[in-house]
Amino acid sequence: MRVLLALLVCITSLVPVLAGAAEGGIKLRHMSVDLSDQASLQRGARIFTNYCLSCHAARQVRYKQVLPGLGISAKEMRDNLMLPGRKIGDKMTVAMTHKEGKRWFGVAPPDLSNIERVRGADWLYTYLTSFYLDPSRPTGVNNAVFPKVAMPDVLWELQGLQKPVYKTVKDADGKTHKVLDGFKVATKGRMTAEQSDRMVRDLVNFLAYMSAPYQHKSHLVGLWIILGLILFTISAYFLKREYWKDVDH
Amino acid sequence: MSNNSSGFLSWIDRRFPLTDLWNEHMARYFAPKNFNFWYYFGSLALLVLVMQIVTGIWLAMNYTPNSKLAFDSVEYIMRDVPWGWVIRFMHSTGASAFFILIYLHMYRGLIYGSYKRPRELVWLIGACIFVLLMAEAFMGYLLPWGQMSYWGAEVITSLFGAIPWVGGGLETWIRGDFSVSNATLNRFFAWHAVLIPILLLALVVVHIIALHRVGSNNPDGVEIHDNEDEDGIPVDGVPFHPYYTVKDLVGVGVFLILFSLVVFFVPTLDGWFLEPDNFVKANTLKTPPEIKPLWYFMPFYAILRSVPNKLTGVLSMGASIVALFVLPWLDRSPIKSHRYRGALYQLGLGVFALTFFVLGFMGSQAPTPAHADLGFRFTELYFSFFVLMVIYSRPRSKGFYVGALVVAAALIFGLDWLRVGDIPVDIMLRTWWIPAVYWAVFSILPLFTRLHIPGDVPTRVTSR
Repeated sequence: MRVLLALLVCITSLVPVLAGAAEGGIKLRHMSVDLSDQASLQRGARIFTNYCLSCHAARQVRYKQVLPGLGISAKEMRDNLMLPGRKIGDKMTVAMTHKEGKRWFGVAPPDLSNIERVRGADWLYTYLTSFYLDPSRPTGVNNAVFPKVAMPDVLWELQGLQKPVYKTVKDADGKTHKVLDGFKVATKGRMTAEQSDRMVRDLVNFLAYMSAPYQHKSHLVGLWIILGLILFTISAYFLKREYWKDVDH
Repeated sequence: MSNNSSGFLSWIDRRFPLTDLWNEHMARYFAPKNFNFWYYFGSLALLVLVMQIVTGIWLAMNYTPNSKLAFDSVEYIMRDVPWGWVIRFMHSTGASAFFILIYLHMYRGLIYGSYKRPRELVWLIGACIFVLLMAEAFMGYLLPWGQMSYWGAEVITSLFGAIPWVGGGLETWIRGDFSVSNATLNRFFAWHAVLIPILLLALVVVHIIALHRVGSNNPDGVEIHDNEDEDGIPVDGVPFHPYYTVKDLVGVGVFLILFSLVVFFVPTLDGWFLEPDNFVKANTLKTPPEIKPLWYFMPFYAILRSVPNKLTGVLSMGASIVALFVLPWLDRSPIKSHRYRGALYQLGLGVFALTFFVLGFMGSQAPTPAHADLGFRFTELYFSFFVLMVIYSRPRSKGFYVGALVVAAALIFGLDWLRVGDIPVDIMLRTWWIPAVYWAVFSILPLFTRLHIPGDVPTRVTSR
């Protein structure tokens, strides 16, 4: 056991040394996903259906699948979040075909069903708050975490537009580079900075829920199962002790 | 005795040796009473095997093995099939759990010398099970038809193409096409769901039959059947049932708690059990920036990648697994347990475990020359351990240890010489000391200390 512990210490001390080669790029902003915040999920769903679900599909997701997390009825969903003619059991598809997407944007907008599983909440949050004006791009905007992204800044009306701020840094060889340091407001949006930040977090929260709608249930189910297993383990332990008490070992 | 009794059981026993089987393998199978923590993993691996088969059957009920439909059918299981997500996560977590348990189980065999006479066949059959398990996991990973499924299969099947002359044909023959395609998916499904599970189950039965013929080893490496009472019952043994059945139940409980924590709270384990890229449908035109296997293949993948030449890399990876098969004939020391094999051999075992972890970590890193070089150093350590087993098998003269050091130094230098041109020399100069220190420690210390001298093996099992 002592050898094991010593080994563990060795390994854990080695990991940061090996991991020394850090990744480049801008630092991701952290946001915590909270699937119990129904109001946030509802606001996120509204942004999603209004701004995302016209180019991006979520082909794996049925409208009714996200009802439990939003805490709304099927009727409320139909009235507020769905286009006329859609059924509650339909999947979240869009009219735009793959080919059209390619022709219009140069690349077909990716399906968003699992996007949070793929990219992670922090990446999405940073991505959606890192569009900046760049006249060299056909859309007029560029993105700090996804350089040369084909997607236009669809949330600009709400968020406003931002200009990049650069700083110069010297690298190890003494050369100077211009690197993106932050943003400053160029045009104000309909929302205040605080509101727009919350709006993006709501949206990512909803995307996280949509990626794994079972999470709503899995934590509670898991808790009960683990409680049961703890009881099982305790009784198994006492059973074992009872059987082994006569064995001299 | 069962023939005299009446009733249903004796009716069976006259036609099928049920009671005899039960006694032979459970109630009258005597296992050493000093099993410790390391002895839980065999029965747990069996539990996971059953769990994988049961969840696998349920997944197959809703899965569609077709390259156009496979990805969507997995999403269908995750989103539309009632409790489908539990079954899928049990299966995906089960795969990783299987490897954790098997690696611990194998390491147990290593530290207590369970591969030695008379248990060589138990070990060999186990090594076959390990290879089958790797094939099973690899083929299963293609089935969800995600990006990493597809590109991982593409890379691994292309390894067969490195074999001279027959390689290209073999690669196409395995894939059933010129690249990984619907044909590959179909045959992988057939092998994953039918062929390999049958072989696995059969070999597990053979593994257990062989074990019960020779008897279980234990942490002291003492043969309990050398000390039997007048009835032929080993004095240091207890019947497997009920003693170890109830003890293993505790292990099952603890294991299932940890397993459920993953399944219900962190099923992807931050990309270690399910990679983020695999939630994107396979795109045959878009290569992901980094193709890497799941964690359980990473040590072997690191060996493959750290050797600059593709064919030599494939051969090295193959050799790293073949080494397991010849283990019983490399280590000829009569002492089984590490407890009595001297401090230096214990250190060697510890460094081997560490090497395995570091190789795994290197396999997860971007393929830069510095990483490839570090991977190569630990590949050298991996193989060094098997050479060390041969050297430490019996007492050696001082000249032998000096000779070993000289040969090791020459080999380290020679291998670096061969790598010039593929890896920058300044990178190699920063790490050459890793195998050098290893060999210095293991061949110079026996000259000046008694750390390599084995201890006295007790005749009865000890209680620690």
